[in-house]
Amino acid sequence: MIRDTTIGAKLWAAAVWATVGFFILNLLAMIATVVTSSFATRWLGTWLPAGWTTRWYTSAWSEFQLWDVLIVTFQVIGAVVFISGVLGVTAAYALARRDFPGKRLLVLLFLLPLLIPPMTFGIPLATVLYQTGLAGTFWGVVAANLVPTVPFVILVMIPFIEQIDPKVEAAARVFGANTFKLFLYVLLPLLLPGILAALLLVLVRTIAMFELTFLVAGPTSQTLVVALYYAVFAAGVRAVQSIDAMAVIYMVTTLIWLIIALRFVNPTQIVTRAKQQPAH
Amino acid sequence: MDAVAHAPAVEHGPNLRQRLAARGFDAVTLLAIPAAVFSLLLFVYPFAFGFVLSFEPKAGGDWLANYRRFFSDPFLYETIAKTLWLAIPVTLVNLLLAIPIAFRVRLMRNQRLLTTLLVLPITLGTVLVAEGLLNYLGPQGWFNRTLMTIGLISQPLKLVHNYWGVFASLVITGFPFTFLLTLSYVTGIDPALEQAAATLGASAWQRFRHVYLPLLMPGLAITFCLSFVQAFSVFPSAVLLGEPGGATRVISIVAAQAAFEEYDYSMGSAIAMIMGFVQLGIVVAVLASRGLFYRGPASGAKG
Repeated sequence: MIRDTTIGAKLWAAAVWATVGFFILNLLAMIATVVTSSFATRWLGTWLPAGWTTRWYTSAWSEFQLWDVLIVTFQVIGAVVFISGVLGVTAAYALARRDFPGKRLLVLLFLLPLLIPPMTFGIPLATVLYQTGLAGTFWGVVAANLVPTVPFVILVMIPFIEQIDPKVEAAARVFGANTFKLFLYVLLPLLLPGILAALLLVLVRTIAMFELTFLVAGPTSQTLVVALYYAVFAAGVRAVQSIDAMAVIYMVTTLIWLIIALRFVNPTQIVTRAKQQPAH
Repeated sequence: MDAVAHAPAVEHGPNLRQRLAARGFDAVTLLAIPAAVFSLLLFVYPFAFGFVLSFEPKAGGDWLANYRRFFSDPFLYETIAKTLWLAIPVTLVNLLLAIPIAFRVRLMRNQRLLTTLLVLPITLGTVLVAEGLLNYLGPQGWFNRTLMTIGLISQPLKLVHNYWGVFASLVITGFPFTFLLTLSYVTGIDPALEQAAATLGASAWQRFRHVYLPLLMPGLAITFCLSFVQAFSVFPSAVLLGEPGGATRVISIVAAQAAFEEYDYSMGSAIAMIMGFVQLGIVVAVLASRGLFYRGPASGAKG
């Protein structure tokens, strides 16, 4: 690596780091504002609230029926993670192991839902789901959330499966393993780290997936992020601190899974879906 | 390697199954079918359905009535300009900030803490960022309070429920996305190329301008496209943090209102299609201009 030692280069580096620092400072201050407000008794026109309390958490819990919302959220996420794992890993195996005519078209079909923003394809999708009567139900929300997650699992898993030597599978076949045994005793143990990483990323993304859930959810199939949106949207009806308490509950739910996910994946994988180029 | 996995050819001529297998179609290929059917049903079919539905106006009239209504009502067609006026500056700001920072971070040995901090806003999502910024950037929030304490301003700046609130939220959620994509492209370029340029006496600016930038251009074009389509489809922060009836009445608000408040799915689909076409138009324009730049290997290997 080349490091410049001129005054100009040092000033430039300082300016770049100052920008990064300013961004992160504002980000953390924004999060701290929400947390502080959720514990505040009264906070008007001062640096810090007049007093501290935890009662907003109990009031938010009952006002927004957070217990029901959390149960729905985790049911939706569980179903999305399971189904996208089953559909995604099998398809990724086929795409990683075989070359067939039309493969590029199929990969494009799986790439598009990740590149097109959810709001663009969400409106026609919600229209179709409303016409079939699925929208507003639990399975409608699951189906809408699966549209980007199945391709996501496929694209994360393809490079992972490609790096497993097919000779290992051939050897298992030679020793008489049937397809089920091959999957259970050979492929699954080798693929487990990759599957775990892909599914944790799906989980983190599904908790925060607002647009698709918002477009198809009914009153009984709202996830936490949609409930939070409606609470902020109707701000003024309820105390600000109560909404902030709900936001903190949402943050904690997300961050727990983010911390677990970061033990297994590189943070950049949350953004760049496909294979990472190795850093030189 | 493949010969082992495929069915071996037999002497009395291959049957249909073997001929298919030789082209790559066998039981393993069939594993891709469930996911493909799923994507066709829930992604391709709704798009096609919405496209056809947009030509069947709810209120009757000829097949172009929805599109004519959109482009004759200033309250509707102006949303395209408003959304572009938000999305293009935000994307440019994010990209122009991301490039120098990525070049600096590339030299860092331990990037994990920084990247973890940066994925926070992406993980938390746009709704939470909007909620947080409502307090933080508000007239009594810490941001204005700090500026007033330093003495930069005497009156609190109005930063929420207008253009700048949405702008700030798009920078907070969009910058990490743009940055991490840019970083992955920057680290993909062989540093040996820069060292060669430095050996030949190129200054830092010359190395960037004549070595890195041409190699980065294709990646930056893709980063621009991905960041732009995300910003163009801004929805929750434009409602919560912006002025959904005025300056930040973006196209997704109009589309969602038409479909789910007026229950005019036909009009909603038409607006969603217009939204898709504007995004497609910008992406095609950017990717077409990519052809003007260098395309080739970014590694320093011989050959």
